[in-house]
Amino acid sequence: MDNILNSIINPYYVQVLTLLGIYIIAALGLNLITGVTGQLSFGHAAFFSIGAYISAIISLNLALPFIFSLIIGGMTAALIAILLGFPTLRLTGDYLGIATLGFGEIVRVIFTNMKITGGATGLAGIPRETSILIVYFIVIVTVWGMHRIQDSRFGRALVAIREDEIAAESMGINSLWYKIQAFAVGSFCAGVAGALYAHLLQYLNPSDFGFSRSFEFLTFVVLGGLGSIPGTILGTTILTLAPEFLRIVADYRMLIYGALMVLMMIFRPNGLLGGVSLRKTFFSGKKK
Amino acid sequence: MLWQQMINGLTLGSTYALIALGYTMVYGIIQLINFAHGEIYMVGAFVGVALITIFNLNIWVAMLLSMATCMMLGIIIEQIAYRPLRKSSRLAALISAIGVSIFLQSLMTLINGPQPVAFPDVFKNSIHSIGPIEISTIQIIILIVSSLLMLGLQLTIKYTKIGKAMRAASEDYGTASLMGINVNRVISFTFALGSSLAAAGGVLVGMYWKSVAPLMGVMVGLKAFVAAILGGIGSIPGAMLGGIFLGLAETFTIAAKLDTYKDAVAFTLLIIVLLFKPTGLLGRAIQKKV
Repeated sequence: MDNILNSIINPYYVQVLTLLGIYIIAALGLNLITGVTGQLSFGHAAFFSIGAYISAIISLNLALPFIFSLIIGGMTAALIAILLGFPTLRLTGDYLGIATLGFGEIVRVIFTNMKITGGATGLAGIPRETSILIVYFIVIVTVWGMHRIQDSRFGRALVAIREDEIAAESMGINSLWYKIQAFAVGSFCAGVAGALYAHLLQYLNPSDFGFSRSFEFLTFVVLGGLGSIPGTILGTTILTLAPEFLRIVADYRMLIYGALMVLMMIFRPNGLLGGVSLRKTFFSGKKK
Repeated sequence: MLWQQMINGLTLGSTYALIALGYTMVYGIIQLINFAHGEIYMVGAFVGVALITIFNLNIWVAMLLSMATCMMLGIIIEQIAYRPLRKSSRLAALISAIGVSIFLQSLMTLINGPQPVAFPDVFKNSIHSIGPIEISTIQIIILIVSSLLMLGLQLTIKYTKIGKAMRAASEDYGTASLMGINVNRVISFTFALGSSLAAAGGVLVGMYWKSVAPLMGVMVGLKAFVAAILGGIGSIPGAMLGGIFLGLAETFTIAAKLDTYKDAVAFTLLIIVLLFKPTGLLGRAIQKKV
């Protein structure tokens, strides 16, 4: 399939579109944590990198099929999210954000110092297993799953926690447990996306997973509109493709990108599709 | 050996403290994590280098002019990127701050190129030994200048009218404005003050490491921010304490030959402190509103 696609479209575009799909999966995970549940996470890149490294190491050392290394990558990220979530999710707002930022940097430093991850030189020779078809299949599954979550009793409890945690607690919602679950699911998505990333680029370097990558994911979600699935997809698409289009003005690319972020926040502080949800728009025909 | 590391740690720590003050003052008043602060520090260092190499200015004049430039820069950034967002969500302001930081980084990369620039030798850097301890001229200068600046800041906040207004605004923003305090002016002043300290920090660090680079603000800014949290964000003595604490911790990690882990030390300390005392060492407890 990829070969056919590559012969029709420029392989470079196929690569960019595949990356876009991977980012959408990770951003949807963050949307569940930050957009739906309202928990600020600055460490999403850490879970992305955990998924990437674990699945790459499995592929390099064990002869397991790709699907297993993908799932194990996601599960490891989710497990670590649970372990991290118990102590840190008691923190609120900015303090949680800062703790997750710290966690992300610690993970990066650990990957830089471990032998099995190739240290600072990185991990090379990962087999290329990711194709645009697999990625977009997983995108569709993720969108469907996220939609089901947001539409369920569980999802409504998460929104209640976002809106007012104390009120939610008093209505009988065990907020810590719900937050940990949301954190685990969101991190699982990041882990799977990371595993796909590793098997697409075939090379991993710890410096790719710094906090600026976490901020990038956060920007995708906030720009699109917190808590909105189509918003997250739109935000990711715009911000992933914008630098590609801005290549015409290559030298000024990042300058414009930074200015765009400020301008968009000034003119559209709730994100492009803030308050728009799949269900409200497409399934009941009513707009909020 | 121990005392030697203490001196090195104090030097590093006092530069962190200078930058941390900007984070803490801004956060104290408008609850915004100003992620562009590390970039102001970087711009300050570059302005210092430019003034010394191009205009042949004296280091002290260059430092003062660099502080003045960054003061203006801080005020302009606040007006353009944060003021219009004061009423929208805090996440929007945060994204805007990240946008500003990307903008400044790439602007400086465009002007200067990505490579580091050497900081000119402005002092004859000799090593003085006091008993078993060795201390360089530049270390003495850093310690003296940063202490003076912090003392100046404390006096400004304690004894001037605008300092009193700053304290009132950080106590309760809304009530302060009802009491006739021009909160916008206070916020501009806070940004100006914080940015000028960051610029001084930039010049001092440039002098110490003898080089400045467009991305130098990223890690230092983040660590200074961690220092502010460690001390209790919003608290000025807390930022100083946090900075020194972090500087010492990092120096001792390097001395213990764990230098590849030095970047993780700050964040590990941060997580440990947050878990046991979520508001930092000198922070006040936040009241949950029901």
